[in-house]
Amino acid sequence: MKTDHLIHALALDSQIQSPPVKRVLAVAAVPALAIALGLYFSLLGLRPHLIALLGEPRISFKIALCLLLAVLSGPLVLRLARPGAEVRRPALLLFIPVALLAVSIMAEAATVPEVLWGQRLIGSNAAFCLKSIPLLALAPLAGVLIALRHGAPTRPGLAGAVAGLLSGAIGAALYATHCPDDSPFFVATWYTLGVAIVTAVGAIAGWRLLRW
Amino acid sequence: MRASDREKEWASLMRASIAGDAAAYQNLLTQLTPVLRKAARRGLAQAGMADTDAEDVVQETLLAIHLKRQSFEPEAPFGPWLWTIARHKLVDALRRRGRRINLPIDDFVEVLANEDFEPSMIVADVDRHLDGLPAGQRNVVKIIAVDGGSIDEAATKLTMTKGAVRVALHRGLASLAAKLR
Repeated sequence: MKTDHLIHALALDSQIQSPPVKRVLAVAAVPALAIALGLYFSLLGLRPHLIALLGEPRISFKIALCLLLAVLSGPLVLRLARPGAEVRRPALLLFIPVALLAVSIMAEAATVPEVLWGQRLIGSNAAFCLKSIPLLALAPLAGVLIALRHGAPTRPGLAGAVAGLLSGAIGAALYATHCPDDSPFFVATWYTLGVAIVTAVGAIAGWRLLRW
Repeated sequence: MRASDREKEWASLMRASIAGDAAAYQNLLTQLTPVLRKAARRGLAQAGMADTDAEDVVQETLLAIHLKRQSFEPEAPFGPWLWTIARHKLVDALRRRGRRINLPIDDFVEVLANEDFEPSMIVADVDRHLDGLPAGQRNVVKIIAVDGGSIDEAATKLTMTKGAVRVALHRGLASLAAKLR
């Protein structure tokens, strides 16, 4: 094939364009979040008296932390789908929730007597937390990966991992409104592990599905 | 022309292309080709590979640019976008060639010595994958991308509608790119 002829063919094909990642993501987000919410309300459901409990700092903190992680990983995943985009700054912003979590652990350690630490860490629902976060994250992860396939991630594994981080954060934010364990010890251990599972799944899926 | 001016021109051509200007698009790809060729040759030479493969890399990069052009953000600079894709496809090509048995370099000496060969005459890797396409896509891609025919010609020869030819061309180019992964 002559390169000139290839160019001629590409120019003739210029009318058919795949939609940009942002638009696909916006469209895919609707069924993805609907499925996640459907699973949430059929299997978990809101914690009783949640609105009244939001005054309790531990509860509002864990929900806000998950939402912050989702809000920060969203722009990063979009940039990873664009060749040559600057990713350092949005990646560094991910240290904010990590730092906040570290501060909350220190605050918890300072205010809760040491004999209660083990109980706070194990909580009442650790295994359920580990199952629920990935389950709620599954549909969002599929949606983000579908959107990324319309982009051009030159680091498919990394892009998939951040897609997993974003979906894991969404799953964790939903789970946080159900979960009766509020201690930062619990959140730092089990939420982190749940999100890490989704991140790992995303990395493997991205590595396999996002090459181009 | 300074490199930054050149990239600004490419960026505006790309914006026009995404807006549907096929002539601007052809102009852009034609301008990019010698630059990509130079980069491919340099990259292959650095990796100790024969630069007879350069045209393959150029064609694969053009295909990638084509299929991923929506990932170009209109306000973003063009250079980093282009070079990231070019490097990505070069690395891809090297990785794939690394798995193959390479011919001894002597076989290429004659080709390399012949400096004035027409690079776009080289039979590229892309060709080897053409036969793997479904017949409908293959016929259209052959008429348009190999023989340089028009949409109308392909439609007449294959008794297809122009719309069907366009769809088959698009799918054919996309499957070619997929086979090159």
